[in-house]
Amino acid sequence: MQLQIQAHSIITPTSVQANGEFVLNNEEKHPFNLFGKELYRHLSIQYPKFFKMDELSQLAFLGTHLLTMHIENWDGDKVAIVLGNKSSSLSSDKRHYQSIADRSNYFPSPAVFVYTLPNIMLGEMCIRYKVTGENTCFIMEQLDVDFLHTYVQHLFEAEHYHYCITGFVDYSDSSYIAELYLVSSQKDTGAPLALDFDKNFNQIIF
Amino acid sequence: MEELKENLKAAIIEALNLEDVNAADIDDNEPLFGDGLGLDSIDALELIVLLEKNYGVKIENPEDGREVFQSINTIAAYIEKSKK
Amino acid sequence: MEIYSVADNIVSPLGTNTEANYAACRGGISGIANIQNGDLYPEQFYGAAIGEDIKRALNISEDNGYTFLEQLFIHSVSDALSHVKDLDKNRTLLVISTTKGNIDLLSESYTGPMDTKRSELTVMGNTIARYFDLPNAPVIVSNACISGLSAIITAKRLIEVGQYDHAIVAGGDILSEFVVSGFQCLKAISDEPCRPYDARRKGISLGEACGTMILTRDVTLAKNKGQAVRILSGSQSNDANHISGPSRTGEGLKLAVKRALEQTDITASQISYISAHGTATLFNDEMEAIVFDTLGLSDTPLNSLKGYFGHTLGAAGVIESIITMKQMLERELVASQGFQETGTTKTLNIIQATKAVAACEYALKTTSGFGGCNAAVVYKSL
Repeated sequence: MQLQIQAHSIITPTSVQANGEFVLNNEEKHPFNLFGKELYRHLSIQYPKFFKMDELSQLAFLGTHLLTMHIENWDGDKVAIVLGNKSSSLSSDKRHYQSIADRSNYFPSPAVFVYTLPNIMLGEMCIRYKVTGENTCFIMEQLDVDFLHTYVQHLFEAEHYHYCITGFVDYSDSSYIAELYLVSSQKDTGAPLALDFDKNFNQIIF
Repeated sequence: MEELKENLKAAIIEALNLEDVNAADIDDNEPLFGDGLGLDSIDALELIVLLEKNYGVKIENPEDGREVFQSINTIAAYIEKSKK
Repeated sequence: MEIYSVADNIVSPLGTNTEANYAACRGGISGIANIQNGDLYPEQFYGAAIGEDIKRALNISEDNGYTFLEQLFIHSVSDALSHVKDLDKNRTLLVISTTKGNIDLLSESYTGPMDTKRSELTVMGNTIARYFDLPNAPVIVSNACISGLSAIITAKRLIEVGQYDHAIVAGGDILSEFVVSGFQCLKAISDEPCRPYDARRKGISLGEACGTMILTRDVTLAKNKGQAVRILSGSQSNDANHISGPSRTGEGLKLAVKRALEQTDITASQISYISAHGTATLFNDEMEAIVFDTLGLSDTPLNSLKGYFGHTLGAAGVIESIITMKQMLERELVASQGFQETGTTKTLNIIQATKAVAACEYALKTTSGFGGCNAAVVYKSL
């Protein structure tokens, strides 16, 4: 089955791009808690739950928004999400530990604890975009294109999906990235890109 | 009581990350869950922690939270009652 | 291509191998007990912790260069491997399932010798792969409470595409202050041993365990004949409803079970047994009852194994699959520990006493987890 990459987005500490086009620069070198909000407002998103998410989920959420702007609606059960991640939910994990470090001030926070799993970001994407297909979070050092290509290609062939969001989303104290690809088995969808999905799928040259 | 309510609103906005909501926007009688501020089950649990942490008031059973968390007025009344 | 599970191991508070764990389950013995340990939680609680006797039997040490969880993984994988002929390691994949891995190393109160870098799941995975001289990079799945079934489905797929011939699927998580305090603040932990599906259920009991399954396309790999079970199909879905609670109607679980069945040539009525998720929270068990009822599975014998092991998070899908297969091989279904009286709006056929059955050709294993994810796997006796 020949699959296509039909959209791409990337968020890094310096800039944001969608389908090879510039979206926003982090000129002031703001930390993510500011830059993420700036991007949210820049994209005129209305989704108050965004502010309750941890950084990892916010990254995945913003990246998915950029990736799916051309899609008006889709059959959620024909959409899968398969992501790579390295640092798990480290940022929320540390926050949870801080809340229980002092026995005389022992107040673990439910709103923090529920984000202490890396697959929660996939859950947030599923809720926002009504995705009810498979969602799997693999832990890997970096974007493992070979593995993700094999897995996603097989997923389409075995379970007849129309779309799969794949890529790598990671947040740690030192850096962050959301690099996402919309892979599709559907043709003529009015998508911004139509590139072959192969073992070098991350080597897009615009 | 008024001071308690203002204090409570500020604490809720911070604890529940209610971006773009000001204390003045929250009516004392407005329902906090459902239509009002659109809070959910995690927010309810977070409010239980907030009451214990900031006001030393315990709610053991989350089901009891439903009544207490109807509005700013009901929460303030619960805190006042519990402190006596 | 047919994929089989040919050997396995469970290490839990109930024993250090599958036989001991199964014997405990059929004997109605639970690993859940009252725990008073300030390192885990300031107040007493109920959970299933690996005791000193098991630690001694496993030679658990604080200074052999491996964390407690890694030592559980190493024991579990070693024991499972001892039941199969030599694997071609170049053609073998290690799939690790865990939710929090070595999370205890990040605690401010951790004073042990391990580098905190070991809390990174890739570092832990590589440590285990290196111990067994496995040349291929391990695949690590972190899908909350469905991780175990996700790992099994992933291993099956990667064998099917021809990338590997065999897979070692190992799932593990430990009882830590991190998870106990977290589930306590969610008010999700029962103040007595958990009672899945029961009218008086009050929430979960957490547990710690590690389980390993050896998956292969070569059914002759097992040293003991007659121990293999076929992994027929598997599917995953999402509720798209809430990150920490299941959908009330269970649309996601329904979809996962439907798709797992669609991949086979059997219908729901041919399922002889369901090993459900059964965490004993009000919402999870109610959601499952609605789903199994809608799918025409309300008369199918069903249990939750959480009453024996507690909720073992990343290990759950693996160890509960192993007990599922054991029941199929033994033609026996074990009682759903902690259940007395129907506590769901739809009545299920909860197994109340361990009993022999004429046959158990097809079994369904399901899990659901935070993030709204669901998974279903169908097993077939040979």
